[in-house]
Amino acid sequence: MEFTLVTARTMEQGMFVEDKLSEDYFKATACCEMNPEDMNALGLKDGDRVRVTTQYGSVVLYVKRSVLDVPRGVVMIPLGIYANRILPSESGTGTPIYKNVRCRVEKTDEEVLSIEEIVREVVG
Amino acid sequence: MKVSCPFCGNVCDDINFDGEVEREKLCPLGESKLTREKKRIPYPMVEGERVSYDEAIERAVEILLNAKRPLLYGWASTVNEAIRLGVILAEKVGGVYDTTSSVCHGPSILATIEEGLPGGTLGQAKNRADVVVFWGCNPAEAHPRHPTRYSVMVKGFLVEGRRLRKTVVVDIRKTATALLSSKFYMIKPNSDFAILTALRSIINGNDSAVPNEVGGLSKSQLREFAELLLSAKYGVIFFGMGATHTRGQDRNVEALIKLVQTLNRHTRYILQPMRGHFNVTGADAVACWEAGYGYAIDFSRGYPRFNPTEFSAVQLLRRRDCDAMLVVGSDPVAHFPFDVVRHMAKIPVIQIDPHYNLTTKVANVVIPSAISGIEAEGTVYRMDGVPVRLKKFRESEFWSDYEILKAMLERVVERKGGDVVW
Amino acid sequence: MVSLEVRNGFVIDPMNGVFEVKDVFVKDGRIVESLDKPEMVVDAKGKVVVAGGIDVHAHVAGGKINMGRKMRPEEMRYPRFKSDNLRSGVGRVLLTSPAIGYEYARMGYTTVVEPAMPALYSIHTHEELDSIPIVDKMALPLFGNWHFVFKFVKNDEIEKLSNFIAWVLAKTKGFGVKVVNPCGVEAWMFHGNVYSLNDTDPLFGVSPKEVITGLISAIERLKLPHSLHIHCNLLGIPGNYEVTLETIKLTRRFENSERQVMHVTHVQFNSYAGESWKDMSSGAEFVAKEVNRNNVTVDMGQVILGHATTMTADSPFQYELFKIFKTKWSNLDVELETGSGIVPVYYSPKVRVHSLMWAIGLEIGLLVDVDKVVISTDYPNGGPFYSYPYIATLLMSEKFREEEMKRIANVERYSILPSLSEERTLEDVVKMTRVNPARILGLNDRGHLGENAKADLVIYDLPPEPNPRDYESILKALSNPSLVLKDGKIVVKEGRVVKHTWGETIWVKRDYDEELIGDELEDFFNYYTVQRDNYGVPHVRREVVLC
Ligand SMILES: [Zn+2]
Repeated sequence: MEFTLVTARTMEQGMFVEDKLSEDYFKATACCEMNPEDMNALGLKDGDRVRVTTQYGSVVLYVKRSVLDVPRGVVMIPLGIYANRILPSESGTGTPIYKNVRCRVEKTDEEVLSIEEIVREVVG
Repeated sequence: MKVSCPFCGNVCDDINFDGEVEREKLCPLGESKLTREKKRIPYPMVEGERVSYDEAIERAVEILLNAKRPLLYGWASTVNEAIRLGVILAEKVGGVYDTTSSVCHGPSILATIEEGLPGGTLGQAKNRADVVVFWGCNPAEAHPRHPTRYSVMVKGFLVEGRRLRKTVVVDIRKTATALLSSKFYMIKPNSDFAILTALRSIINGNDSAVPNEVGGLSKSQLREFAELLLSAKYGVIFFGMGATHTRGQDRNVEALIKLVQTLNRHTRYILQPMRGHFNVTGADAVACWEAGYGYAIDFSRGYPRFNPTEFSAVQLLRRRDCDAMLVVGSDPVAHFPFDVVRHMAKIPVIQIDPHYNLTTKVANVVIPSAISGIEAEGTVYRMDGVPVRLKKFRESEFWSDYEILKAMLERVVERKGGDVVW
Repeated sequence: MVSLEVRNGFVIDPMNGVFEVKDVFVKDGRIVESLDKPEMVVDAKGKVVVAGGIDVHAHVAGGKINMGRKMRPEEMRYPRFKSDNLRSGVGRVLLTSPAIGYEYARMGYTTVVEPAMPALYSIHTHEELDSIPIVDKMALPLFGNWHFVFKFVKNDEIEKLSNFIAWVLAKTKGFGVKVVNPCGVEAWMFHGNVYSLNDTDPLFGVSPKEVITGLISAIERLKLPHSLHIHCNLLGIPGNYEVTLETIKLTRRFENSERQVMHVTHVQFNSYAGESWKDMSSGAEFVAKEVNRNNVTVDMGQVILGHATTMTADSPFQYELFKIFKTKWSNLDVELETGSGIVPVYYSPKVRVHSLMWAIGLEIGLLVDVDKVVISTDYPNGGPFYSYPYIATLLMSEKFREEEMKRIANVERYSILPSLSEERTLEDVVKMTRVNPARILGLNDRGHLGENAKADLVIYDLPPEPNPRDYESILKALSNPSLVLKDGKIVVKEGRVVKHTWGETIWVKRDYDEELIGDELEDFFNYYTVQRDNYGVPHVRREVVLC
C-alpha cells in the first residue's frame, strides 16, 4: 500500500537520544506508527514488522498502533537512523526534506536490524 | 540553587538543585538528560586506541591542517564560549562551519532573509497572548514544558491562564499538543503554503479568491480560523518542522511571516520558530557576529562566504566536497540521510562529545568532553534568543568543549603564525 | 613595547588648552609628562597628534545588529579583512564584530558606546562587545518602557527608582540610562504608540514626561557619570521637532555644573518640521537654538546617502517604516522591558526626504554650539560609522558641501544648509569627536592627552589648520591615520591594522539596597520567563568599574 512517510520527534526518541546504544533508543526509533484502520487493511497488529520502502531505500521496522491519530495514509517514523535510511539528501534549500515522502508499506517476517547492524548497512 | 536544563530550546532555568537534581520540575526529557546514566566515551581515542587528550588533540589538529576543506559541524549542544572558538577554528583552518540548523530550521533562516522575523520573547506569549497557534510543531513531545512555562497554562501579567487563551494546533496528525488545544485543524500533508495563503487572502478581504476547500479545510473553517486569529489582542504563532521539512520549506515559513505581517495591520502578532537543541540558537548567533552568517559558512578564501545549498553539511557531504570533518556535540550518522553518511565513513572524522553515539562508530579521533550544563558552565540562547547561563554542578575529569577547542586553536595558530585573536 | 615618544607633532588637545608643537610621552599605556629613554620614538613632524576618537552612540553589539546580519546576508558579502595574522572581517554597513573593532581603530577611534541594551539580553550584548577587538566599550541598558520604571514613576518613588537603576547597572554591567520612545514601545504591545509627552501608556497610565523627569531625578541623585541618553518620542516623523523642543525643556528643572542633564541622541531624526512626508522641512534651527539654551548635548545622527539598516528599540516606528518601504521587517518584543525593530533602508540622493535628512544632520553639526555636539550616524541607522571622516570633512569645508549638494536632490527649498557658510576647524572636529564625548560620558581618562590620560593617540597627516578648500586631502588624511595607539600599543600604521588587542568594558557601580525594591522584584519576576537568580551578566573579558 502507498503511504506518506513523515518523521517526527517523539518523547521517547528525545529521552534516549543521548544513549543511542541502549535498548530504549532502539525501541524508540526502530518503529513506525500507523492508523489502526490502515493496520487492519494490511493485516497488522501491534509489534508486527513492516518493510517501508521509498525510492531511496528500504528498512524493516516494528509497527505501532497510533496512540493518538496518525491519519489514514500516513506512516510516522521517529527521527533517527532508521528513518534516515530511506530519506533523500537532495533539496533546494540545503535542508533535506524529512517529511511527506511517498513510501510503500508491507508486512514482513524479516528481522529489524539492530543499531549496530543498521550503522554497518548505512556506512557500507 | 537553581540550575538550567541543557536539553531543548526551552532551557528551563528553574530546576532545583540541592546536592542532587530535584525531579519535581523536570519533564521526561529533562529527567533523562539530568538524571539518567548514559554510556559515556570513556577516554580519548585515535583509531579506537586509548590515547591522552594531548595526543588526540594533536592528531585532530593534523587532520584539520592537512585537509583541503574540513567541515566543522554540530555546535547546537554546546555553549557559546566553545562555539565562538569553533568559528575561529574554522576560519583559521580555512574550513566550513555549519550547524544543525542546516537540517532543521535552515529554511526558517532563509525565509528570514527574505522577509525578516516579526518576533518576541517567550514571556510575551506568557504575559500577553490570548491566541496561541502551534503550526506544525508538537511541544508536548519536543518541548514538554513549553505549554506550562510559556504558552498555554501559564499565568501571565495580562492573560491569567488557560481559560483566557485560545490555543490552536495545525498539524497533519492529532498530536499530543492537539489534545491540549481549544481548536485543532487537521490539514493534508504539504498543504501549509496554500492554507497560509488562503488565510491571508481572507484577512485581506479577498475572501472570494479562496476556493471551497484548501488542504483539507473547508472555506468556512478557513473563515472561522481567520476570525479566530483576528480576535486576538496579542497573538503568537509558534512553528516547527511541519513547515520546514515539508514541500515548500522556506516558502512555507515565508507564508507564515507574511501572515504575521498582515495580522499586525489589525492587531499584534509575533512569530517564533520552535528551535530544538538547547543552544542551536546560540550556534547561529555566535557565527553571525563572528563571521556574518549563521550557518553554511565557507572560509576557504580567508574570509566567510555563505551559501546553504553549497556549504551546508548534507550538501557538502553529498557532493563529496569535504575531506575531513569535526563533529561537536551532534550525531550526524544518526541524523543525516544515509547516502551522505557513506561519505563521512570515507574521510577522517574527529568527534568531540560527552556521549557514545553513532558518529563515534565512524570517528577516527574521539575526544570525550564534559557535559555542558552539568559538568561545564557557559552561556546558551533559548529558542527566542534570551541568554541563559548553564551551571556546572558536578565535577568531571573530562575537559570541557571550550578547553578542547582552545587547545586545538592554540596549536593551529602556533603552526600557522598570527596573533592570539580569541 | 612599554614606552614611546611621539616627537615634534602638532598636538591638538583642547581639553588641556594645547594647540602647539609638543612631544608626547607614553609609558605603560598612559600619557606621562616626560621619559628619559623611550624605547621607541615616532616622528610626527608636520602631522597633528590627537587623542583617540570616542563614539557616544553606535549599535555595535547585541540582538539587534546580530539579527540585522542574520536577515541581511547581502550586507555581509563585502570582504574587508582576510584571516592571515588577524581575524577576517566582512560587511558593507553591517560589519562582523572583528571588523567593527578594526574599522574603528583604522579611523583613529578607540572607544565606543553601544546605546541600546535590553537588560534581558545583556549577556548577549556583552558577549558581542567582548568579541570586538581593540576599542574600549560601554553599554546603556534601556529603561524607557520597563514595567518597573513605570511603576516607580507612577507612584513617584524616586528613591526606589534610583535603587533600581543601580541594581540594573550592576546586574547588566551597564554604563548609564537609555530611553527610547518612552511609553510608546509599551503602547505598541497594544498596537498603538504615544504622540505627545502627555500621552500615557495603556498599562500603567504614565506619560513620557513623567518617565523622563523621573529618570533624570534618579540619575542625578545617583550622580551617574553620564546623563539620561534619550531617543525622543515620534522619532522619524515630520513635525517631530516640537516634541524634541518640549523634551529638551524638561531639563530646566535640573541643575548640574559638571555635565549636561540630558543627551538627545541622533537628533537629526528628531528635527523635522512640516506635517507630512510631502511638506517635510528642516527643524534643525529650532532644535539647535533650544539645545544651545539648555544644559543639553546632542549627537548628530547624520545620514550617509547609500545603504543602511535601521534598528532601534522604537518598535512602533520600525513598523511604520516597514509599511512605508515594504521591505524586510524584524521585530522583537521583550517581555516587561522594551521592544525593537529592524528595517533595511537605502538613502537615495534622488529622494527628497533622504537628501533633506542628510542636510538636517549637517545643519545640526554646524548650528549647535561646538562644545555640545558629537559626530555620529546612529550606526547603522544613518549609515556606517566609518564615514565619520566624511562627516568631519563636510563640516570643515563649505566647498565640499557645495560639491556634494550638486549630486543631491534640491535640498535648498527645504533646508538652510546652502546658506550656512560656517566651517568647523580641525580643532572643532577634535572637540566633536574626542573632548565632547568624553565630557558627555563623564570619562576623564580619555578625549585628551594630559598626564595620566589613556595613551589612545592618533597621528593624522594634516596641518593643524588645513585649507578647507582642499577637502580631498582632509578626507584622505582623516580616513587613514598615520599611526594609532591603543593603550600605548601601535594598532594601526598608515591606515592598516597591525595588531589585535582587546580593550576594556567600562561600567558604573552605585550602591543600592535590594531590600528596598524587593517586593517589586519579586512581583515582576513572576512574569519574567527567567529566574531572578539567573538575571544579569556574570563576567566580561576585561572590565573597568567606575564607582
Ligand atoms: Zn541609536
